Amino acid sequence: MLFALEVAISGLLSGIMYSLVALGFVLIFKASGVFNFAQGAMVLCAALTFVRLLELGVPFWIAAGITLIVMMVLAVVIERIVLRPLVNQPLIILFMATIGLNFFLEGLAQGVWDAQVHGLQLGIDDLPWEPLANSTGMLISIFDLSAALICGVLVASLGVFFHKGRIGRALRAVADDHQAAMAVGIPLQHIWAIVWAAAGIVALVAGALWGQRLGVQFSISLVALKALPVLILGGLNSISGVIVGGLLIGAGEKLAEVYLGPIIGGGIENWFAYLLAMVFLLFKPYGLFGEEIIERV
Amino acid sequence: MTETSVPERPLLRVNNIEVIYDHVILVLKGVSLEVPEGGVITLLGANGAGKTTTLKAISNLLQSERGEITKGSIEYQGQPIGKWSAPDLVKRGICQVMEGRHCFGHLTVEENLLTGAYTRRDGRAEIQRDLDMVYSYFPRILERRRASAGYVSGGEQQMTVIGRALMARPKLILLDEPSMGLAPQLVEEIFEIVRRLNAQEGVSFLIAEQNATIALRYGSHGYVLENGRVVMDGEASVLSQNEDVKEFYLGLGASGRKSYRDVKFYRRRKRWLT
Ligand SMILES: Nc1ncnc2c1ncn2[C@@H]1O[C@H](COP(=O)(O)OP(=O)(O)OP(=O)(O)O)[C@@H](O)[C@H]1O
Ligand SMILES: [Mg+2]
Repeated sequence: MLFALEVAISGLLSGIMYSLVALGFVLIFKASGVFNFAQGAMVLCAALTFVRLLELGVPFWIAAGITLIVMMVLAVVIERIVLRPLVNQPLIILFMATIGLNFFLEGLAQGVWDAQVHGLQLGIDDLPWEPLANSTGMLISIFDLSAALICGVLVASLGVFFHKGRIGRALRAVADDHQAAMAVGIPLQHIWAIVWAAAGIVALVAGALWGQRLGVQFSISLVALKALPVLILGGLNSISGVIVGGLLIGAGEKLAEVYLGPIIGGGIENWFAYLLAMVFLLFKPYGLFGEEIIERV
Repeated sequence: MTETSVPERPLLRVNNIEVIYDHVILVLKGVSLEVPEGGVITLLGANGAGKTTTLKAISNLLQSERGEITKGSIEYQGQPIGKWSAPDLVKRGICQVMEGRHCFGHLTVEENLLTGAYTRRDGRAEIQRDLDMVYSYFPRILERRRASAGYVSGGEQQMTVIGRALMARPKLILLDEPSMGLAPQLVEEIFEIVRRLNAQEGVSFLIAEQNATIALRYGSHGYVLENGRVVMDGEASVLSQNEDVKEFYLGLGASGRKSYRDVKFYRRRKRWLT
């Protein structure tokens, strides 16, 4: 039983990291109705920039600050030269543009820096947390705990920022009705730049945390794929949805790996999330918390 | 304000504008109108006459529908508004209330009102004061302020979107078909509030309406649009006495002219209703 709990907890902790990546998608989707295919490339960009700056001897926090600025500038540039000219085009065209952006960013990041595998040390040990191990015998990694804490705080503060207050209201207004939002004087471009910048922050944190786990390299952009089932589960336009979705998937895949793995063969962790998502698509296509479209005549 | 012909500078002047959608569909073929400071001006016309297009041309919302002004000019307080974006226009006091009650459905009624204050930078206290002002004009939505705007009644939605526009402290509200889909009594109530807002808050209105009866009763001056052109304009009291307006907009057929054999009449009728 204790072991099951341990598995569930470590699953939940990695689930929060999925939530974080998924949140990047949700913010952009809410503001512009665009599914940002380039989210993974942004993670790669941020992580590479960060790790290379560290390797150049830039102190940790300054490197983090510079990367953050780079991501924000990138957000504004993307809004200016990719999104703005495509305003009012069908959404599928914007989606295609983000696919293009994805390859461009991947190329850019690896061109400016390089395509080697870089180890990243955030200074958090990947060792069991002693007090917990001593008192209950559960082995929960300090790194997992800290990563979850960081992600949790970030997800919560982004959630609050984009739900309450002037900007949050404006974001939700834009999500509901672009034209009416413009009519009340909300500049769509600002909102877009803000959500892309937020997605940039998310990319940096996700890139750094996964970077320590997997090493910073091209494949880190694939963490974005982990966000897909979370999005399907939670709903593409729900901030609380991605939090719950991430937790469910994180815990679900770990438990499945441990308990179903021996029966149907290992590697469940790799596809369990997608299976869960498919089942959800059949029964709850809007996701757990996805906003249904209010139709009234 | 009854004398609109004095060479005093109007609040808004639309000079002979032409609007084309999608580069090919010519919808407005030279529309001119004026809104004097403190006026309530109505824009009448049948479906598809170009009322909404005219209002959107003024508030610069055409772009998002791939429409563009290809000729003519629009002046607000004597300045051409050509380069101003929709948010710039809101900051300067022109606010559009779109046809069909575009509430933000997932926001509460009060949040809807607050989005109207997005462009303002004068602090919470002032915004709260205006919120109270809006509620004093629309006591019905005060009761519903915590409800999702998507689920309140049509009348309450119409009040919400007018209130939302008021939150920007506009000088001119472009009101597009406030009567659409509402019960006559409610329409009356809304126009009554428009009148009070005009008198007490000094907001000018340009109202597009199909319901000419009520629009001419509350407006001081009217323009009749037909097929993208202004075919007639004048004092509301004069317009409402006009035979054509009576016949085609007020539904009061002139007596003794019901015969469809009257070719002249028939042609005119066709002209009005296309
Ligand atoms: N986005 C658009 N693209 C192409 N044509 C359009 C567009 N919007 C409106 N039109 C056309 O322009 C003409 C005028 O439309 P508009 O909406 O301005 O009329 P209206 O007077 O407001 O009518 P209603 O009373 O039905 O609201 C119509 O023939 C309409 O088909
Ligand atoms: Mg219309």
